[in-house]
Parts: sequence; structure tokens; C-alpha cells
Amino acid sequence: MIDKEGNNVSIQTKDVEHVAKLARLHLTEAERDMFTEQLNAILKYADKLNELDTDAIAPTTHVLHLSNVMREDEVQDSLPQEKVFRNAPDEEDGQFKVPAVLE
Amino acid sequence: MSTSKYETVVGLEVHVELHTNTKIFCGCSTEFGAPPNSHTCPVCLGHPGVLPVLNRQAVDYAMKAAMALNCEIGDVSKFDRKNYFYPDSPKAYQISQYDQPIGLNGYIDIEVDGKTKRIGITRLHLEEDAGKLTHVDGGFASLVDFNRVGTPLVEIVSEPEISSPEEARAYLEKLRAIMQYCEVSDVKMEEGSMRCDANISLRPWGQPEFGTRAELKNMNSFRGVVRGLEYEQYRQAEILDAGGEVVQETRRWDESQGKTFSMRGKEEAHDYRYFPDPDLVTLHIDQAWKDRVRASIPELPDARKARYTSEYGLPEHDAGVITSSKALADLFESSLDYTKDAKAVANWIMGDLLGYLNSNSLELSDVSLTGQGLGEMIGLLDKGTISSKIAKTVFKEMLQSGKLPQQIVEEQGLVQISDEGAILAIVQEVIANNPASVEDYKAGKEKAIGFLVGQVMKQSKGKANPGLVNKLLVDVLKG
Amino acid sequence: MALFDLRLQEIHNQLHNKKLSVSELVGEAFANIREYDGKIGAYLALNEEGAEAEAARLDQKLASGEELGLLFGLPVGIKDNMVTEGLLTTCGSQFLKNYDPIYDATVVSKLKEADTVTIGKLNMDEFAMGGSNENSSFHPVRNPWDLNRVPGGSSGGSAAAVAAGEAFFALGSDTGGSIRQPASYCGVVGLKPTYGRISRYGLVAFASSLDQIGPITKNVEDAAYVLQAIAGHDPKDSTSANVAVPDYLSALTGDIKGLRIAVPKEYLDGIDPQVKASILEALSVLESLGAVWEEVSLPHTEYAVATYYLLASSEASSNLSRFDGVRYGVRADHAGSLLDLYYDSRSQGFGPEVKRRIMLGTYALSSGYYDAYYLKAQKVRTLIKQDFDQTFANYDVIVGPTAPTTAFELGSQVDDPLTMYLNDILTIPVSLAGIPALSIPCGFADGLPIGLQIIGKAFDESTILRVAHAFEAHTDHHKQRPMF
Repeated sequence: MIDKEGNNVSIQTKDVEHVAKLARLHLTEAERDMFTEQLNAILKYADKLNELDTDAIAPTTHVLHLSNVMREDEVQDSLPQEKVFRNAPDEEDGQFKVPAVLE
Repeated sequence: MSTSKYETVVGLEVHVELHTNTKIFCGCSTEFGAPPNSHTCPVCLGHPGVLPVLNRQAVDYAMKAAMALNCEIGDVSKFDRKNYFYPDSPKAYQISQYDQPIGLNGYIDIEVDGKTKRIGITRLHLEEDAGKLTHVDGGFASLVDFNRVGTPLVEIVSEPEISSPEEARAYLEKLRAIMQYCEVSDVKMEEGSMRCDANISLRPWGQPEFGTRAELKNMNSFRGVVRGLEYEQYRQAEILDAGGEVVQETRRWDESQGKTFSMRGKEEAHDYRYFPDPDLVTLHIDQAWKDRVRASIPELPDARKARYTSEYGLPEHDAGVITSSKALADLFESSLDYTKDAKAVANWIMGDLLGYLNSNSLELSDVSLTGQGLGEMIGLLDKGTISSKIAKTVFKEMLQSGKLPQQIVEEQGLVQISDEGAILAIVQEVIANNPASVEDYKAGKEKAIGFLVGQVMKQSKGKANPGLVNKLLVDVLKG
Repeated sequence: MALFDLRLQEIHNQLHNKKLSVSELVGEAFANIREYDGKIGAYLALNEEGAEAEAARLDQKLASGEELGLLFGLPVGIKDNMVTEGLLTTCGSQFLKNYDPIYDATVVSKLKEADTVTIGKLNMDEFAMGGSNENSSFHPVRNPWDLNRVPGGSSGGSAAAVAAGEAFFALGSDTGGSIRQPASYCGVVGLKPTYGRISRYGLVAFASSLDQIGPITKNVEDAAYVLQAIAGHDPKDSTSANVAVPDYLSALTGDIKGLRIAVPKEYLDGIDPQVKASILEALSVLESLGAVWEEVSLPHTEYAVATYYLLASSEASSNLSRFDGVRYGVRADHAGSLLDLYYDSRSQGFGPEVKRRIMLGTYALSSGYYDAYYLKAQKVRTLIKQDFDQTFANYDVIVGPTAPTTAFELGSQVDDPLTMYLNDILTIPVSLAGIPALSIPCGFADGLPIGLQIIGKAFDESTILRVAHAFEAHTDHHKQRPMF
């Protein structure tokens, strides 16, 4: 793959570890090595796109040219508490409970 | 403290909650103070498969706010996802605006030490608020309430053109006033409908490059912002004086300790991975839409201030104080339907009213005073029906009960005594009872008359016409 | 004739004429499932009790003379990434194995309004990521035509269930080919409508700019019939198009005289020779019906797979972040801190393919790589869409194979993600362009079905249904049934 300076570089295990951290995924050593290899293969394949000059091409986010889809500011019913907490792994006093935010 | 060696550079990021009826991307109510999680639905809880649908009113309010801050409104605006994990963010991304915000390149004018300064506004964008965390179990757990999640917010980012804590306060006050005038938000820092983060750095005077900045968080009042910036100014100056380097970091203002603390290590480096939200479509804002919103913007503080000086002849300072709050300005104007004496109205507002509100930490909306009450009370004073001393009593009563002054005066028998005979009787009694003061006065100590006037007023329970008391006292003493 | 061989409209008529009760029909559906699903594995959950109650209610409704829904009484299997209140919705993932939805997807509401009976939730690749159904975290699905082969994916359960007679019709979802490719592998009809034609509200998002729900059926008429019931604008989906829904059944005229067909040469290069022969034969059938075809070029086809995997994975990395163990899903045990909760719940809840795509997408969006990968791919997407726009200026439909090969053997590609991704090379360009396409059986190679892909202009499902229907009327591939 090509980096910002146009150098051919490949993904290192530390890159994989960084990305896993951003994605909140623990990887076993075997997974880390496997993903390093596979992501390299996929990104090497994706380098194909650099054959195309796209400087003058607008990106496509939506295939449909929809715009200004909005709703009126009218209150709809909220959920009964049973539904709010139907799937909650942990609940206390009508709130979702999680372990401490900070370490 | 050695800040004078350095120029302070501050930029503010202010979040203002828009007071729409419903959340920005779902129909749940935004009402404040409901039981936890009672204003939630699959969309704002971020359940699998849900999709956002934009609230038109939120866009209109954001445009209105942007226009009032003199921003350019782009023809095209869009929403992006800001990705980060936190329990108050149900989707683990916040829908925000990255490179095509609603408003760009605005400004507001502030006044500090009688001088006007223009502070640039880099951008105003629309985004959704997060939920609320409460720490429990001695800090080992947190509870999450998602009522607030999805409340529409505008984030207003200033240019780094604020040069002191005082300017920061003036900027925030002006910003709050403009939002109030536009009626897009409650802008209450205590309730969190207005929040402020600050970037602050110092540099030696004359140095073109910015110094390293710290980002300050958790300042929950105007006073907190000023104190936080003052502390940070001092802290950074000390580091620079000692030849050290300021670390670029986020610091948390601790109100009770009056210090800022590094949050380093407690939040890791962010990579928000912004990208256009594929669940939402582009906004194309045409001229007709802009015109419609622009037409809804009322007269803003600066314009009102100018009008108060030209139309009512108020001094600049008075006009500035009164227009700093929409509620005060509205009270001022409605009072003038009942009296022509604009200066008197201004004096009562700036003196007794603000004094009372400030010393009791109240808002105007917390008291019952009406423009009619204030205007009519000034009328009674002018006519001599009540004395200025009684007016103060009437005024306090109006604040508490909202009754009209005429009623208060009648109920409490507060009408001024202007009957010469009645006052003369008291005057003679006071003279008889205070021979020492009478002696003093006669010996040339003119001041002694003040004491005697006070005694007469006291005996009359404040109802005697003070002018008459003075005249009669002098007459009797000299006679 | 067995009930299962009837067209949906015929069954509907029998119900209407009281020759058959909904309860009998639903009973038949479950009898088939009991008989076959042990071998196939198409279902993740059955709604036996609920379906029987619903059938009884519908029989009552019929007896009372009330107005009946469009798909009255028809049993349906729903891919397990469409949320169904009252029925667990797992997306084929351990993370959601206990997820009990608190609302119905819009398509599910529409099916209910149409008086269908939901018989169960269908197996799929986890979070719709895969082309073989081997990424289901519960169990794989076997192809009814050869139990050692994959049914395709990610709607493998949906396609296999319809092919095996375990569902009268099914809903699937297609992000890069996930309806069409399994339809091709299983010898059934699979329609991916235009992006925006059917509401995505309640479809658990994989790649939001690409995902689209569609029917998987035994024949083209059934596809048109089901599409009629589920298409249309939804105010809950900002990306659903406010475009009128035509009468799809009336489009099935059988007349394709003068139809202009484009055949992209890139779609015939390097594909299995038997598949190619079958496609050329199908083209001659269409020609015999009065259509004309010409070879064209869609020059950016070779870039589609890379474009797709960057864009879809990027969107997925963000879409799947909500699976954090805070509000629903399986929370990891003994997480002492919030970070542990996130890491453990997600690491334990997601399978390797899902992790791989989250990793790829996170990387493509990350600081310093956004322009090189994500933005670049968005631009190439524009070029790919332009290829189609230019072709459709001169042609009514584009025709080619749905997949380069027939179904492959279970386990043969699991260790090689890139090769697996390349199976989608003929379906992905259509997904990137957001246009409608269907796969229809057009022959067999060594006893395995081959799919013909018919691609149309945006919101012109009618034309591709008309072409497919005309083709079907003159061939009998769709009448073949697997013996397993």
C-alpha cells in the first residue's frame, strides 16, 4: 500500500494493534499475526485503485440524490421502561449500569 | 504573578442546547428533568437497525443562531459521524458536522473597559448531545441516563482572539444574550444548556506564533470560566518564567480547589475517524430558506442597545447592562408603556432589581416583577404619592407578590404624608426630644439636620414627604 | 401438484377460495422444515407457536369476510438481520444471541399488514458479512443441491430454505450480492431492488450506503408479488426514496420484443466455462424472444471489489461500534472496568470475519489513511456508477452471470478472505451503483444451479422482472428441485 508520501509500506503488527485498540478488540497473538497478513493482502489488492486518476472525480456518499429529508418537531411516544431495559445486561434505578468509566 | 510578560490567547468552544420539542433525530421529548430513560426510544438508545431522521426545527434554529452570529450559511451542509466509545454515546459515534457546518466565518462584538472588540467565530455546527453518567458504588460503577442523548446542540467555535478572562466573560455574556434574543435556547450554564470549553495559551508579547495550549474542561459557570482561565494564565506563566514548556493537554477545572488538573492518561489519544453519515442525506439550503429564517430573527442586543441610547437617551453603559439580557430589556420596554421616564426605569433595573437578583442568586424569571408594576411605581413617585423610601418597600413587595403598586400602597397604607400640619407636629416633637442635635445645628453644624430629618422620617414610618420635612425643620429651627 | 410447487398467487387463491386454510398451509411449512432442516440448517429460530396462533387468527379473519392483505396467509422466513419484536434477532452473531427486539423493522410491519405468517428467522453470515454462510456463528447452511457445498451468502439461509421447500418465500438482504449470489448458488430467484426502494429501518446495518432488503422466491412472479408488498417510502428511513411504487405484476407481460440488452465483456472474462456457456445460451433464448444484445464494456469493473471492501468495511466498523455491551447483547462476564467490558464483550461476541472487516474499516477511516482509502474508494464508486449510467443511456438492461462459478465446497475458501471476496465481483458493481438486479436460474453445471443476473436502471424493477419473467416462461430451470 501507499502512504501519504507515496511510499510503499506495509501494515506492521503495531498498526494492527493500534487499529484493534481504536475498535476495542482484543486480539490473540495468532489473530494479530493473521490479521496483519490478511490486511496486508487486502490493502495490497486495494492499491489497484491508485491506477485510476480520480483528482477531478467527486466522491459518492449516496447513490440517490436525495436532500433535505426532515421531519416536523412533533413529540412521539417514548418507550415504556420494560422495553428500554428488556435487553439491559445490568440495570439499577431505571438506568443502565456499567463498570467505572475511568481505570 | 507575571502574566504581564505574556499575551494571553484564548479560544472558546461553546455548546448550546437548542430548545426544540423533540430530539434531533427522533421524536422523543427534550423536556428537562424527566425520570431517567423515560424519554428514550429505539433510535436514541442506538438499537440495532434504527435510523436517524433530522428535525427540521433544529436546522432552522441552528441557522438562526448562525445568522445572529453573523455567520455565512453554506448552500450545502451535511452530517458526519464522530466515532468514539463512551457509555453516554449509544451508537459509539456522535452525529456531528465535520467539513460542511451550518455556519462559517461569523463574529460578535464585545465591550471590555469601554472599548468594542470584534471576536471572530470560526464555525457553528449542529450535533447531538450525549447521555448523562452518574458515578455510584464509590466510583466503581456508573449509571447511564439517555434522556439527554440526541438533544440538538450547536457548537460555536471562536477564533483564538480572546485576550483575557474578562474578554472571555464578555464573549460568553454576549453569546448568551444573542441566543436568548433569538429564542433558540434557554442558555443556562447551571442546567447545562450552555457549556464552555476553552483553549488557552500564552506567548511573549510581539511573538507571532502561538504558544502551546491547554484545553480546559468542566467550567460550569461564567465565574468558573473566568477563574479557570485566570488560574491557567498563572500556571502557564509560572512554567514559562521558569524556562519550562507548557504541555499540550486537556485539563479539568476543579471549582472547589480553584485549580486545573491534567486529564492525561485518563483519556487516550483520539482518532475520531469522521466520515459522512450514510444514513442522512445532504442539506441544500437555498436562498428562500435562508430568507425565511433570517426574517425570524428579532432585534439583537447591539441593535437594541443603539436604539436605547438614541431613542431613550440612555447612557451607553446603562443601555449595555439592560440589553445584556433579553428579559431585562423586555422588562425595560414594557415599563415604558406606563411611564415616560426611561432613565428612572433604567436606574431601578440596574440598582434595586439587579442588586436583589444578584444577592439572592435569582433570575428575573424567578421574581414577579412586571413592566406595568415598575412603570406605575415610577409614576406614583413622580406624582409624590409615595416617597422614594416607600418606593423601595413597594418594589420589594412587587418582586415577591407581583401585585401592582397602587394595590400595595393601599393595602399597606403607604401613601406619602404631604400634609404640612401633620408633619409639623412630628417636627416639633423631634426638635423637643433632641436638644443636643438642635444645639449642634444652631452652632453651625449643618449636618445635624440630617439626623433630625431621619428622626422625623422614622416617626412617620417613612411616609412623610422628605422635601417637606426638610423645609419645615429648617423653618422651625431658623424661625 | 404439491403445495410447495404452486405460485404464491395460486396459494393465495386457494386460501381465498377456502380450498386450503392458513393453518394447513403453515402446518405444511413446518412439516417441511422438520423434514429438511436437519440437513440444511437454514433456520436459526422457528416461530411455531406464534405462527400457529397467527394462522388461526387469519383463518378467522377470512371467515369474517374482512378485507385481506396482499400476501394473505403466506408463510415467510425472514433473514435474521431484520428485527422482529417477539422473535430473537441474532444477525448470526454470538453478540446478539439473546437480543429480544423492542420494535419491528418496517418490512416486518409491512409483511404483517399484508397478512403474512412469519415462520422463523433464517441463518446468515454473521452481520451479513460473507458469501458462503460459513460465517454464521451458530451453524453453517448446506446447499440443497449438494450438501457438501455452500448455499452462498450472506442470505444463505434464505436461499437454501426456499430451494429446499422450507419456506414459501423469504426475505434476504444484499449489500454486495448477498441476495443474488446465494439465489444463484441455490437455483432460486433473488431480487435486490434499487437502493432506497425498500425501507432499511430495522435492518441491522452492515454498510448503510449499500444495504437493501429484497425477496428470495421460487419464481419471478412471486418476487414481483412480494416486492409489491414491501416496497415504498418510509419516513423512518431518510434514505428511502419517495418514488411511486408501480404495479409489478402487471409489468409481467411476457413481451420483450425490441429490448436492448448490454452484456459487459468484463462479466464474461475469466468465469467458469460452463457458467459462460449457460449465460450465452440464456442470451440466445432472450434473442429468440425478440431482444437484441450487444457486448459492451464497464471498464471500472475490476476496481469494484477493492472499492466495495473499503467502503463497506468502513461503514461497518462504525455501524458495529454500538455493540458495546451497555444496553443489549451479551456482556462479557467479570469485566472490572469499562474498557474491559468493551474489549471483552466485543472480542468474545464477534467472529473472525466481522473482526477482520472492522479492522479493515477502522484502518481505512483512521487518521492519515482516510484520503488514500476511504475517499479514494468513494471516488472510484463514482466512476463505477458512471459506467452503468453511460450503458443505460443506450440499453434497457444489462445481463451477465450472477457469480463466476457455481457453489463451492464447504471449507474450501475459509482461510483465504481475498479469494472469498472475489466471488462477489459480478454482484458488487451493481451494489455500488445502487441499481436493481435479480438472479434467475438459467442452467446447471454438474448438477449445480447457475444464475443469470439481470440488471436494470434505478427504480426500474419492472423491466428486469419483465425480462426475467419472459425468460422463465420459456425455460424450465426454475422448475427443477434438488433431491437431498
